[in-house]
Amino acid sequence: MSEVAAEPGTAPDGQAGEQPLLRTDNLAKHFKVGNALSRGTLYAVDDMSLTIREREIVALVGESGSGKSTVARLLAKIYKPTGGEIYFQGKPLSRIRSRRNMLRYHGDVPMVFQDPFSSINPVFRVSHGIMRSMKLHRPELSAADRHAEAIKVFETVGLTPAAEVLQRFPHELSGGQRQRVGFAQALALRPKLILADEPVSMLDVSIRIGLLNLMAKLRDEAGVSILYITHDIASARYVADNVVVMYAGRIAETGPVEQVLAHPQHPYTQLLLSAVPDPRAELSVGAATDRGEPPRVFDPSPGCRFRWRCPLAIDECSRVTPELEELRPRQQVACHVARSGAEVKAFTS
Amino acid sequence: MATLQTPPEPGGPLEPGATAEAAAPTLLTTEPVGGLPTFGGGLSGARSVRRMARAVTANRKATVGALILLFFIVVAAIPGVIAPYDPNAEIFPKLLHPSAQHWLGTTALGQDIFSQVVWGTRPVLLIAFGVGFGATIIAMLVGVAAAYLGGWSDGVLSLITDVLLVIPLFPLLIVISSYLHGAGTGVMILVITLTGWSYTARQLRSQALSLRHRDFLEAARVRGERARYVIVVEIIPTMTSLLVAAFLTNALYAVLFSSSLQFIGLGNPNTTSWGTMLYWAENNEAFQVAPLWIIVPGLCIVALGAAFALLNYAFDEIGNPALRPVRSMRRKRVKRSG
Amino acid sequence: MSSVPDSDVLGAASVLGPAGPMLTVRDLSVEYVMERGTVTAVDDVSFELDSGEFLGIVGESGCGKSTLLFAVAQLLAPPATVADGSVTFKGTNMVGMTDKELAAVRWKDLSVVMQSAMNALNPVKSIGAQFADAMRAHGVRSKEEVAVRSAEVLKMVGIDPAHLKSYPHQLSGGMRQRSMIAMAMLFTPDLVIMDEPTSALDVVAQRSLMVQIKELQEQFGFAVIFVTHDMSLVRHFSDRLMVMYAGQVAELGDTRGLFDSPLHPYTIGLMDAFPSIRGPRVPLTGIPGTPPDLARPPDGCRYAPRCPKVMPRCTAEPPGLYRVGATDVRCFLLEDRAGHE
Repeated sequence: MSEVAAEPGTAPDGQAGEQPLLRTDNLAKHFKVGNALSRGTLYAVDDMSLTIREREIVALVGESGSGKSTVARLLAKIYKPTGGEIYFQGKPLSRIRSRRNMLRYHGDVPMVFQDPFSSINPVFRVSHGIMRSMKLHRPELSAADRHAEAIKVFETVGLTPAAEVLQRFPHELSGGQRQRVGFAQALALRPKLILADEPVSMLDVSIRIGLLNLMAKLRDEAGVSILYITHDIASARYVADNVVVMYAGRIAETGPVEQVLAHPQHPYTQLLLSAVPDPRAELSVGAATDRGEPPRVFDPSPGCRFRWRCPLAIDECSRVTPELEELRPRQQVACHVARSGAEVKAFTS
Repeated sequence: MATLQTPPEPGGPLEPGATAEAAAPTLLTTEPVGGLPTFGGGLSGARSVRRMARAVTANRKATVGALILLFFIVVAAIPGVIAPYDPNAEIFPKLLHPSAQHWLGTTALGQDIFSQVVWGTRPVLLIAFGVGFGATIIAMLVGVAAAYLGGWSDGVLSLITDVLLVIPLFPLLIVISSYLHGAGTGVMILVITLTGWSYTARQLRSQALSLRHRDFLEAARVRGERARYVIVVEIIPTMTSLLVAAFLTNALYAVLFSSSLQFIGLGNPNTTSWGTMLYWAENNEAFQVAPLWIIVPGLCIVALGAAFALLNYAFDEIGNPALRPVRSMRRKRVKRSG
Repeated sequence: MSSVPDSDVLGAASVLGPAGPMLTVRDLSVEYVMERGTVTAVDDVSFELDSGEFLGIVGESGCGKSTLLFAVAQLLAPPATVADGSVTFKGTNMVGMTDKELAAVRWKDLSVVMQSAMNALNPVKSIGAQFADAMRAHGVRSKEEVAVRSAEVLKMVGIDPAHLKSYPHQLSGGMRQRSMIAMAMLFTPDLVIMDEPTSALDVVAQRSLMVQIKELQEQFGFAVIFVTHDMSLVRHFSDRLMVMYAGQVAELGDTRGLFDSPLHPYTIGLMDAFPSIRGPRVPLTGIPGTPPDLARPPDGCRYAPRCPKVMPRCTAEPPGLYRVGATDVRCFLLEDRAGHE
């Protein structure tokens, strides 16, 4: 069944003044690592303040070690924050104590996982997960209602004939179909926000577009917001309204996706953009000179974490950690050089 | 829930060997880990039994094992039909050689050896299956819970497991059995189960540890499932072949240990079982006067133990396809010139 | 064998060495013998490679590209076997060579870079020790020579030779991959085969590694076969490109021409499946559907079920490989143009 390709990235604008759906305030997560001989602390996420509005797709872009998966798990309440707070519909998550409220939150904010092979239990039919979810989160439904809902949701995500697919085992489905099952499971809960942790990274390229289109469709037709976590900035551009670029656990730059990609203000964003392979464009040489990799931060001393790779680093960069500042309308950047008004041109040929 | 909060793996955006599209329908069938769906909502019981049967018949070793086990089960089920005499009746002339009336001869007490062997099958099988199930269930609950819960729950459970592991099993059994003044079948099952579950618990724990990070377990947590649900419904069914292997291990050791205990006189000498036959035979110096009295029950013990061990091979190979024998290919090498 | 088979292939920009192309793969087929049937993972693949040429092999899961690579490197293990065809490297057919004969060729003339360094490198040995292993296995006795060469190859890939003492887990992902490439360069082979060496890396590290590989290639003049699922990655680095689908060659031609005017509907679909970061945002469709089950391949064209330009003929008979200009295409749409240009 072919899908009508939804117009990507067309969420309505101008919802300022309304309370955002989800807001984090200086969220931080530190892990204790090491053994008895050498303990240490991994500063996975620091000072994370992001906003997700209704009917919006926000892309969280970063390389490995940037902390983006940790953010997802913090929002899913798998991890407890070390610092900061998460506000969902205005209410802080740390106040959620009763199992009932916790279940309600999980129903409002479900997660879709990266690996289609391991995200569905292989011994049960694919109906198992979705039925369990509904039993837990929508107990008012009868068994017949649950079945009808499962069929409806499977059709929405493009798995047809739904009744037949529901009876299959996971190994009888392709990777793309399994990821759709993941979205269906989330959708059956009538969620407000879906946390999608690299949902297409392990799929073949030709299949990814179908799922990205599905995400746009869910935003447009079901009114669901999506936090799309990815390392692929091109797919972020394709489907997202806003983008948050993370580096070494902190936000480097954030803003409307078109704007950020057209006028990147942070040197790291520029590096990412120059490294993206585009079959239709010529090779840009700038990124080739960079040999670095994102660090895993064990030392919380102040200073910009990108300074060792940054060709524009100035003295202040090693002394003061840059804060996010709105340098262009709705575009925030954490960079001393950008803030000083100098033109940021790094990694471009 | 006390699951360990570990930072996510820092692997690259694509795990090595990934792009997982359509690998299942095209080239290989991805079997579930530890393979065989057996029960629970949404599973098909008949389908999984068929798969297990197919797995056994496909493997030669397992087929032999299964046949031996089946043979003994039949004997244990209808001993009255097969055995010509009451095994305890001491009415026959003592120490007769094998003949048409007494296929294996008679004991020093005048009992028919063949009937004893036949009737002695049932207690052994009861012990084997009783311990097999009992020890495996305990091992499963302890091992998987320890692996999944982590933290101090794991610490406590592992400590209990390790203490039992360290204590030498056989001397412990001797002590307990002698304290009980002759253990019948039921007591034997209880004693061996309670002392023997720790070995397979350790195995199942390490296997569960390696399976702990699969996303569907995290998915179950995120949708709000309780830990006990995740353990019982989500983890354990995926470990079916590992559990069957644990069952077979426990059954095998039950056979050997119970027979050994009975042999040294710690069983109930008045019950008829292969082990007690060995006890009586040994006490009457059977090797010199009636060797079949001691040899045949001994061989039966060996055969039953081997049956369990052979079946274990099949389930090993199901759980780990790398162990499957490589079928040699006799293909004509196509020669091409140029 | 007097007549040249239809699938005889010559790349457009190839310059024949004195004895012909360095590597000739002809009609290669690889089968997996499994319980449920025989799966033909590679079906009748032919191509040639000249010295110093960079060939990219592109395809998605199940297309057979990794199997093809393993077959060329003679690394197939049961249940996979070469069912048909030949792999002629520098004049000798490697199919059917014994391990001893292969050992002479391996690493000196032909080396392999695997997909994941973490899986291919020994985690309990230092990098230097592994280099030493490799060199000793191929006859280098002198410790000094080993040390000098090890430091040399590490410098080639931009790693400080002090890291010879490091263990794999102490290096970052990018550095591990680089050391794999350094290891492959120990004897400056004539052909380096790479199986998705960058797929475990982040995008920035990927880019710099690709540039590094290209620099080395230009410096030392070895040929490269580079297998990947991401065609945009090889676009700027490969001389020729081979697109595989369901075990067969879908399109094979020089890279520039292929990107400027792709011929096979699958190639076109694949190129369109990459969202761009420049230019207008347009809705894309990708290629819905899944590749066929290779245990029971369809009668006609294997791409027909997903092809937007499918014709009735496509499901009835399988298309052959047609030569259009410098490109080979397995598609009936091009049949008329074959041989006319």
